[in-house]
Amino acid sequence: MSTTLSAPALLEQANHAAAADVPAVLRAARAEGAEQFAALGLPTTKNEDWHYTSVSSLAAIPFAPMTGDDSDLSPDALAEHRLDASWPTLVFVNGVYQPSLSDTSALPAGIRVLPLGDAVSALGDTVSRLLGSTAPASRDGFTALNASFLGEGAVVHVAKEMVIDTPVHLLYVTTDAGANGMHHPRVLMLAERHAKATVVESWVGLTEQPYFTNAVAEVVVEDGATLTHLKVQREGRGAFHVATIEATQGRDSHYVSFCFTTGGALSRSTISTLLNGAGCGTTLNGLTMLDGAQHGDVQTRIEHAQPQCFSREIYKSILDEHSHGVFNGKVYVHPIAQQTDGKQTNNTLLLSKTAQVDAKPQLEIFADDVKCTHGATVGQIDQTALFYMKSRGVDADTARQLLTYAFAADVLETIENETVRDALELVTLHRFTSLATVTG
Amino acid sequence: MLEIRDLHAAVDGTPILKGITLTVNAGEVHAVMGPNGSGKSTLAQVLAGHPAYEITSGEILYKGENLVEMEAEERAQQGVFLAFQYPVEIPGVSNAYFLRAAYNAKLKAAGKEEVDPMEFLDLVEEKLKLVDMDPAMLHRSVNAGFSGGEKKRNEILQMAVLDPTLAILDETDSGLDIDALRIVAGGVNALKRPDNAAIVVTHYQRLLNYIVPDQVHVLAGGRIVKSGGKELALELEARGYDWLLEAVA
Repeated sequence: MSTTLSAPALLEQANHAAAADVPAVLRAARAEGAEQFAALGLPTTKNEDWHYTSVSSLAAIPFAPMTGDDSDLSPDALAEHRLDASWPTLVFVNGVYQPSLSDTSALPAGIRVLPLGDAVSALGDTVSRLLGSTAPASRDGFTALNASFLGEGAVVHVAKEMVIDTPVHLLYVTTDAGANGMHHPRVLMLAERHAKATVVESWVGLTEQPYFTNAVAEVVVEDGATLTHLKVQREGRGAFHVATIEATQGRDSHYVSFCFTTGGALSRSTISTLLNGAGCGTTLNGLTMLDGAQHGDVQTRIEHAQPQCFSREIYKSILDEHSHGVFNGKVYVHPIAQQTDGKQTNNTLLLSKTAQVDAKPQLEIFADDVKCTHGATVGQIDQTALFYMKSRGVDADTARQLLTYAFAADVLETIENETVRDALELVTLHRFTSLATVTG
Repeated sequence: MLEIRDLHAAVDGTPILKGITLTVNAGEVHAVMGPNGSGKSTLAQVLAGHPAYEITSGEILYKGENLVEMEAEERAQQGVFLAFQYPVEIPGVSNAYFLRAAYNAKLKAAGKEEVDPMEFLDLVEEKLKLVDMDPAMLHRSVNAGFSGGEKKRNEILQMAVLDPTLAILDETDSGLDIDALRIVAGGVNALKRPDNAAIVVTHYQRLLNYIVPDQVHVLAGGRIVKSGGKELALELEARGYDWLLEAVA
């Protein structure tokens, strides 16, 4: 059933799948997704939002839906990526939920974490409320494509006033058995009034082969709730990774996002939130580290639709060799959104002459009483700092590595959860340095 | 210990140092004074091995070896230390880690065992007292968000940890209030021994009330225009630099 991502073939596939044992709510969404994909297709670089990222190489590969074959999954490799084995975790191997590797028994009452298939019946109201709400199939070709293959994914439902410190982990692993496969997980997250929770989504590639992840997350953060959503993208070097996160926020809520990008041949993460209640706010931070011929694109969109909301954004990139980084930070302030307080920072460190970055802050402000700032820098290792370190006896290589790590470290420090922060600091340390540690 | 012979140096093709000759023996403190733009800081940076400066002629011998051919890190490992006029902020690298990395680099160059974080902490706690620094500063990023006085104290802390043979203090006194100046000078004096030496670069005589030099050199237009004992500094304080500049013009 391999086919390139052309609309007619896709419709056939979706129709075929719809005939199988698929719940009605998903079947309807699939049909709509396939229809929308036929109309939208994949974006081209003529589309302004896709100007710097071409998906023609992705469209040329005939991907088949992944089958969940986990025969070549090493338990040790999986264990390493669990971050903390005691966390409630759903594991997806080669596109399919694996109950035997998952465990949510530690969850307290008031928070439900289910694979999408089970949630359709067990959390039917949440599914019908969220599915297609913030990311409708009409949004773009990738969202439509995701809808047309609906089936895998998860639902996280945090009941009102429920506060849970332990993160929920959604772990997606692809192995060689997933080569030339594609998967389209859909995650629905609902934090009810005054709830507080953390969700970590990890994407791990244990293969160098090409495969295609096309994920969509729909997030609702109700009044007074705080949802922390950490995305860790460590896909394989041959992977295509497209992720769309669409959040909407109620009054006095806080949506905290961190987007860590280091894998994939081509990756694109879109994180978008609608500040739709007075006094709410969002923190969107991220770190991208690329080398070789990797292409990594991060798009953020913050829509201030109500007064007295805040947004804080720090995105950093470290680009080596021939890699290409893209950052587009859109902040849209509606006329009604007075006393908006927005701050965006975007810094890129280029480690080679052939690395390339396209960074675009995009502020569209239609209210008159707002405070919105943005700053972007693109630079190389600071020669003054390098000399300072050398003048203390630290050799040039070590000094360069320390400064590279330090550039990344200050955005990683914003991750509140210590386990995730420590793990990502270590990944960062090993990405561009041969240093064992930088603590103590 | 240090012999500078007819040293000429340029930055981007512009000559800055135009024939400096200076000998510093073990156990001595030399003050280098002079008006702005005289080349004082250039001399300090050249000794530390800043890559922006090109040595066009002359030589620098340190313990009998050609210093010019050594990389900055090698000079540091061999005991040369520059206290920066403007210490650099390095957000993301902790003071403790940086100090230990520097200390271990020196040990390694000498063929000695490196120290682990616990051993190092014991050592550094002693040195903290010398500059009256809060141990909490060790866990902050190097100089990041430090006040002017804290940065200068941090320079002297690094100096105390690295225990240099030749210390060069580049306007360490600038921007310090009198209390901070006393602490910094006290730290420098405590580190003085018969087998090491210091070059104190300063614009003002004030620092020399606390760090007493054996010799004072006045730099102007990239040359040493006058050398003398500590009383020369007092004369400069009283009369300014103009009389000297006129005399050599």
